[in-house]
Amino acid sequence: MRPLVAILLCAAATPAFAQDHAGHATGGEDPAPTACEEEAARHRAMGHAVPDGACTPGPHDMPEAATTDDHAGTHAGHSGMDPDAMDHDAMDHGEMDLRSMDHGETDHGEMDHGAMGHGEMDHGAMDHGAMDHGTMDHGAMPVPRTAPPAAAGSGPARAADAIWGADAMRASREALRTENGGMRYFWFQGDRAEYRAREGGDGYLWDVQGYYGGDLDKFWFKSEGEGTFGEQPEDAEIQGLWSHAIGPWWDVQAGIRQDLTGPERTHAVLGVQGLAPYLFEVDAAAFLSNEGDLTARVEAEVEQRITQRLILQPRGEVNLSAQDVPELALGTGITSAEVGVRLRYEIIREFAPYIGVEQEWQLGKSADQARLDGEDPSVTNYVVGVRFWF
Amino acid sequence: MSRLNVSRRGLLAAGTLGAGALALPAWARGGDLHGGMIRPGFDEVSGRDIALTIGKGTHTVQGRRGHAIAVNGSVPGPLVRLREGDPVRIAVTNTLDEDSSIHWHGLLLPFQFDGVPGVSFPGIAPGETFVYDIPALRQHGTYWWHSHSGMQEQAGHYGPIMVEPARRDPVAPDRDYVILLSEFSPLHPHTIMDKLKKGEEYFNFQKTSWTGDYPLSGEDRRMWANMRMTPTDIADVTGSTYTYLANGRGPEEGLEFAFTRGERVRLRIINGSAMTFFNIRIPGMKFHVVAADGQDVRPVEVEEFQIGTAETYDILVEPVGEAHAIVAESMDRSGMAVAMLASRPGARAAVPALRDPPLLTTADMGMNHGTELDLSADGAGDMAGMDHAAMGHAMPSDASGGHDMGGMNMRDTSLLPPDVKVGPGIDMVSMNPVDRMGDPGIGLDTVEHRVLTYKDLVALAPNDDLRTPSRQMEIHLTGNMERYMWSFDGKKFSSVSEEPIRFAYNERVRVKLVNDTMMAHPIHLHGHFFELVNGAPADHQPQKHTVIVQPGGSATFDLTADEEGDWAFHCHLLYHMHMGMFQIVTVAPRGNRPDVERVGED
Repeated sequence: MRPLVAILLCAAATPAFAQDHAGHATGGEDPAPTACEEEAARHRAMGHAVPDGACTPGPHDMPEAATTDDHAGTHAGHSGMDPDAMDHDAMDHGEMDLRSMDHGETDHGEMDHGAMGHGEMDHGAMDHGAMDHGTMDHGAMPVPRTAPPAAAGSGPARAADAIWGADAMRASREALRTENGGMRYFWFQGDRAEYRAREGGDGYLWDVQGYYGGDLDKFWFKSEGEGTFGEQPEDAEIQGLWSHAIGPWWDVQAGIRQDLTGPERTHAVLGVQGLAPYLFEVDAAAFLSNEGDLTARVEAEVEQRITQRLILQPRGEVNLSAQDVPELALGTGITSAEVGVRLRYEIIREFAPYIGVEQEWQLGKSADQARLDGEDPSVTNYVVGVRFWF
Repeated sequence: MSRLNVSRRGLLAAGTLGAGALALPAWARGGDLHGGMIRPGFDEVSGRDIALTIGKGTHTVQGRRGHAIAVNGSVPGPLVRLREGDPVRIAVTNTLDEDSSIHWHGLLLPFQFDGVPGVSFPGIAPGETFVYDIPALRQHGTYWWHSHSGMQEQAGHYGPIMVEPARRDPVAPDRDYVILLSEFSPLHPHTIMDKLKKGEEYFNFQKTSWTGDYPLSGEDRRMWANMRMTPTDIADVTGSTYTYLANGRGPEEGLEFAFTRGERVRLRIINGSAMTFFNIRIPGMKFHVVAADGQDVRPVEVEEFQIGTAETYDILVEPVGEAHAIVAESMDRSGMAVAMLASRPGARAAVPALRDPPLLTTADMGMNHGTELDLSADGAGDMAGMDHAAMGHAMPSDASGGHDMGGMNMRDTSLLPPDVKVGPGIDMVSMNPVDRMGDPGIGLDTVEHRVLTYKDLVALAPNDDLRTPSRQMEIHLTGNMERYMWSFDGKKFSSVSEEPIRFAYNERVRVKLVNDTMMAHPIHLHGHFFELVNGAPADHQPQKHTVIVQPGGSATFDLTADEEGDWAFHCHLLYHMHMGMFQIVTVAPRGNRPDVERVGED
């Protein structure tokens, strides 16, 4: 083993070799498996389900590739290699750094089988049956990645203008641009529209949202509210937001919230909405009111398909306040929390009746205030409603 | 706009009832006629002057009705039968109340007659007739035509093209049939697009669930959920709304092709669908693939092949039984189109049930490192005993890589070249986009019989341009499944419509398409054939107009840019194209280099 390591270390002094194997060394403590991984990596990169055909052992008859010299060191290493002596146990493919392996760059045209030590390896035991070296494009020489030649920019900006005239082309060209990526959409969703059965008077709740816009920028509106039948709504609000995509799954949203009940307030809104890992739909926003009060709300829900149409949706919500707001019966900290689960059936995707249960708690000073008002700070709602969108 | 000039003969061949706009049949005058006025199947038009009329009506398939667009009164529209070496004038009249067009998919012709509004011409306005004046054809084989306006293609505006060879037909079959595969939906194409944009895999009713029986462990499911991806995302639009059609007929409508035992039958299979890849097989039979995208290839014997949207394959079968089913199963296995080879009228073979839907694999995520290779335990990784077949040459059908993907970065944007715009439109970057042209297609890696791959294709005739490409370019296919955004290099067409991909005239370029998404995309370049760099000898690399780039992988072609003008270059999945996966390729003018010989020119 030791002489082999020494030989490979010598070979590693060749810059090309070191570069090729940079991502393969598992911790760098044992370079011996590196050559094997290199070999394995190349074979894997040779394509899949290669047609039947034989791989002739021994040096392949291949054109001299430009990189032969770079691999000479590898060749030397292989010639001294005793496959049986290699420590394959140390190969941990599970921890291979795939990003730096970059199999995609493997160019068969650059491969020099003569230098890959095939001649020295035990071909008898290797199952090359599925591989067909004969179909590899050995003739494909490396092609440089360069900018287009100057001639590529010659000619008119728009070829069709010369035939049909720029005026005739204008409308269709504009339509083409709009129709291929430039369209806007309108969406309206009633996520929760429900009847809430509970002790001390049944109530109702709505939670709707929607947007109009393109892929990256939208006008987003939200409204939610709840109340007890026969009484004034307890809470009702509407938000108008500019929603801007900041990543594949997240939008940042900024705008205005208007409270429609109680002491009417207007809030500036800044939040994020999107899809978290494990497919949690999250909506988190901070609200700064015209009275200077800072509050926040975080909602999350996730969908669990029982069947293709029967869907269980756990949901949670936490409301926070940065200060006491006596008029709104809010204390500093977490003011309320909700945990619920809804089971819906998608008759069609756009229309799904549901049943569910939701537990809500007033906390801290909010709970104290509720008790003073003769209300239970902990309420269980049994809900029935419909989720819809269009 | 050219003047209407239609010969009597052309119209008779078209099977229409009169000449000129005044004598158009009712369906063609734009009337919304109920009662299944649109006929399934197609007539044939041929000759040097051909007339086509675009109209609308109601289409009924297996009892489901919807509005459709028909050409010469049928869906598909007529077979346009042409002859290599002959010119043709095709007068297209638009009786719709919106613009329309016809693109001749796969034909080499002057760009101004390629039929893409906004790129090659202004389109055909309502009530107008446009004459496509196509010079002597430089090719033969199986092609097709379709609208390139709006989403009319989804609504029925398509048909087959057959160009007879000027010289000997290398296949010379006893019988010659066209099978054009497509979809019917009662939904308006705009409605489908709207649902795709807003409905979170609206059409997929084959998702994982608590009660489903996909071979996924809890760990697998958590891995996919953690990545915010779904392993069942095989097709965006499925059999939940589509009825799959063969020559306009649903699978229960009895499309039948006659044969006599001992005959050699050529089936010219065209995927004229908007969104569907099909797995084609004739259970119990082997057959030879003899042409791909209209270009002759060395015969390859297979039992199944996958055809991407807009591709065509000619196959040669020698049926021996009383009847054989031709099965075109959608890639996600949510439905199928069926036709019957029948030795006597009404003869029927058993139609197999749909197979279990496939799942995406770690290879489709761009992790092509051989997930079945587990060398970490018990010394099983002895190089000498290694089974290369298990090293990811054949992709496992389940996604149980066994590795912890949690720590992996599925969106390492540092792997992207600088000309890719990183933004919300990219939800994944393939870690290791290996060449997957040897892949049979999603779901066909584990079948036991022989399945065609691009690496099996070898051009029958030698190619005429054997130059080594002077440069290589890389184009990334990018997308965001959740937002339903699709683009090239992270840039939707709407943002790069003034920045085409430019080639010098007669420049030879190697183009590598890298798929940074988990969907397979059929990428089509108008007006050219490119050669797949598939391992075939350089002078016999197969020529294609459309190439599938498998998820997380790459495909490479050599292009001789010898057709001057502006050409569309796009994903042929209709709704991907309309989301922005579209670009213009500009080939500089031929100028004073008429000496350069082009494909098919002597």
